[in-house]
Amino acid sequence: MVKIAVMGSYDSIYGFAALGLSIFPVENDAAKAGRLLHELAENEFGIIYMTEELAAVLKKEISRYADRIAPAVILIPGVKGNTGDGIQSVKKSVEQAVGSDILFGNE
Amino acid sequence: MASKQFNPTRMELTRLKKKLVTAIKGHRLLKDKRDELMRQFLDLVRENMELRKKVEAEIKDANRNFVLAKASMSEEELQTAMMSPKQEVYLDLKAKNVMSVDIPVYDYKTRTADANDIFNYGFAFTSSDLDGAVQSLSDALPDMLRLAQIEKSCQLMASEIEKTRRRVNALEHVIIPETQEGIRYITMKLDENERSTQVRLMKVKDMMLEEAHDYSGRDERMHELDEE
Repeated sequence: MVKIAVMGSYDSIYGFAALGLSIFPVENDAAKAGRLLHELAENEFGIIYMTEELAAVLKKEISRYADRIAPAVILIPGVKGNTGDGIQSVKKSVEQAVGSDILFGNE
Repeated sequence: MASKQFNPTRMELTRLKKKLVTAIKGHRLLKDKRDELMRQFLDLVRENMELRKKVEAEIKDANRNFVLAKASMSEEELQTAMMSPKQEVYLDLKAKNVMSVDIPVYDYKTRTADANDIFNYGFAFTSSDLDGAVQSLSDALPDMLRLAQIEKSCQLMASEIEKTRRRVNALEHVIIPETQEGIRYITMKLDENERSTQVRLMKVKDMMLEEAHDYSGRDERMHELDEE
């Protein structure tokens, strides 16, 4: 049994608490958020939803979990709007697999 | 290209021939693996993109509703309303093996069976905007979980495809040509040794015959006889 976490600024994520997901409000502080991310990863959180703004400052920490089956770090748009990083991450995996982005290159 | 030095011995030749057979077999297998992974990956990543766009739109809507809800309520009231969740999500994580890549499969259950039973607060002190906001987010949750599963699978498969592709290329462009070059070199070297041994033997035989029958001396004597 694994748990689901949501990380980001409080305004972006408090709604998820109503659904029974564990929310962890953090500001865009790389050191603090990075520690929290590692802590969550060690504590059986299978999915970590993270706002795109927060993920932008945590790129290195997130890449540590790229090759592991858990946790899955999934980007979601925050309350301030969509930065396009989520779409970008899908494109990146196409690029990694194929060599160049042949599917969504012109989107 | 082949800069490696090989020992021109029969043992080395046998070893290289075995290596070549294994390399070719491995290359074929890895190529098949790569192609199949790629096929599945492309299907999955298309779905990933669609789902992501959908989820992002849903969350954007929910966020808008939450902003509205926040505008018409005080911060304290909102925090109180959100304090003790009624609904809970239990997630079961299993690994599925696709072409030697472990991809996650999530199985989720909610605590209350009724999907609409999500409001953890009394309706007296909260705005109706909050109801709508929570509802819209709750509707997005199944898609979000599916997105998590597919996106993680895509990431794992992408890195496996990259690794496999490197291996295929290394075999195809380095290991196999190098081994073939080595086999050719050793075969040529051994043939050359064979020929030189042959020639040496013939030479020695000539010399021995010469000594036994004194051929050159006999020729001279024959000439002398002819002149007479």
